[in-house]
Amino acid sequence: MKQAGGQDLSGFARKVSVSVFTVVVTLFARFVTAVRGTWVDNKPSRKRRIYFANHASHGDFILIWIVLPPRLRRRTRPVAGSDYWLKSPLRRFIGVDVFNAVLIDRNRETRTRDPLEIMQEAVDGGASLILFPEGTRNETDEPLQPFKPGLYHLARARPQLELVPVWIENLNRVMPKGEFIPVPLMCSVTFGPVLQLSEDEAVEPFLARARDALLALRPARHGGSA
Amino acid sequence: MSIHPDLLNLLIGVFAVLVTASVVGYVLQRRLSPDGSNKSIENLNDRIRAWWVMAVLLAIAFAGGRAGVILLFGFCSFAALREFVTLTHSRRADHWSLVAAFFVVLPVQYYLIWTDWYGLYAVFIPVYVFLLLPIVSALRGETESYLVRIAEVQWALMICVFCASHVPALLNLDIPGYEGRNVLLIAFLIVVVQLSDVLQYVWGKLLGKRKIAPRLSPSKTVEGFVGGVLSATLVGAWLWWMTPFTVLQAGLLAFVIAILGFFGGLVMSAIKRDRGVKDWGHVIAGHGGFIDRLDSVVFSAPIFFHLVRFWWAVDLVA
Repeated sequence: MKQAGGQDLSGFARKVSVSVFTVVVTLFARFVTAVRGTWVDNKPSRKRRIYFANHASHGDFILIWIVLPPRLRRRTRPVAGSDYWLKSPLRRFIGVDVFNAVLIDRNRETRTRDPLEIMQEAVDGGASLILFPEGTRNETDEPLQPFKPGLYHLARARPQLELVPVWIENLNRVMPKGEFIPVPLMCSVTFGPVLQLSEDEAVEPFLARARDALLALRPARHGGSA
Repeated sequence: MSIHPDLLNLLIGVFAVLVTASVVGYVLQRRLSPDGSNKSIENLNDRIRAWWVMAVLLAIAFAGGRAGVILLFGFCSFAALREFVTLTHSRRADHWSLVAAFFVVLPVQYYLIWTDWYGLYAVFIPVYVFLLLPIVSALRGETESYLVRIAEVQWALMICVFCASHVPALLNLDIPGYEGRNVLLIAFLIVVVQLSDVLQYVWGKLLGKRKIAPRLSPSKTVEGFVGGVLSATLVGAWLWWMTPFTVLQAGLLAFVIAILGFFGGLVMSAIKRDRGVKDWGHVIAGHGGFIDRLDSVVFSAPIFFHLVRFWWAVDLVA
């Protein structure tokens, strides 16, 4: 009895802390970035999708998540590195409990499961995914690093998925690497038209096409440089 | 907090104007744009809705007294600074000076307004911050575009924080015989400057032919400018009852406010053109960003403040 009650309470406490944390993070992100989502030749959809985005900050998936309609948020899961998100109890809480991340091990030597398999499993479970095909945060002066082939293999394995390029603007200036206080700046998230993998398309041409589709969403004007 | 009868009259007047605008907007929409296809009418209705929000927020702030007004304009400064800095050339080396601008300079300026320390809030940003922030940026050792970067941050702070903070600073003026009514000075300034904007737009739409500054702002015309400024001056003179001024004085001050407001809009447009954007932000539907709405207030507030302070207020502190 006592034990069951205790478990219920901790389950309840977890739920409450997840909701409170979600509200706090959302308010804070809006306060700092006033983020707005725009859809170019595309609109929100319940179909299963892979949102693939440029990656410059740990907050990237939070911004995408915020600008999605609330009914789509629950089923949209970020793909993230388990090496980072399982490191401390707080990160685990944010990554696993709050954002329900699909965790993959990026280290080929230590990993026990193929990331592709884990992503397919999540998709088969009905989720849409947020994927950062650059693999790691971009700390170079280039707008985008080369893409890893995971996006291609996932699209090949699950051809019914819609691939949506998502450009996140300015978040890299809000919190440059190594800083811990954010500077408030206007950020925007731009969703581009759905991309299809054609039957006989090879890895390299597809990745180049996906990269171009993403770059095409960059706003023409530029405030500063990174 | 008690609301002064003059303020109540003004609020009723603003309410009546907004109700009329909403009805007109609704009828126009039903007649000319039932499917939402007429861009001008949709934009007009967006603007009217935004006006409602602004009027209600101002009314709440006024009812909240000194704290309410200072908090509201402190937040406006924050939102404006966020938009301004987005368009600057800031680099990673400026991170700490930007953090200081948002989380130290801005709160300190509004705290000084709150404590009514005129001797310091009048020089804090133009002197102390002007000298100290470049030091913070220099310590990071990045020299590329250094002058441009520090000048942009200083400009952002002058416009978005220093100038904007002169609106709540109007509460600090000691005008004999006008005690407890200073919030009406703010209402006077805002009503005149915003009405001048709207009337310039209306006169421009009705009679506008000659563009006044085609490269900066294609929608501004000589006819709109003259008509808007003159009619805002008349409305300002007619609002003398809520000010410490005579009818003539109220008209003259309204004229100065409207002129400065117009040129404030022009200057801020020049910056937008330079940076290749149409609006400062996207927060207010129909208006763009906070700076798009505040530009004329920001330019007129410090001048209005000093004119009133020089001729009407008694200086209790040396």
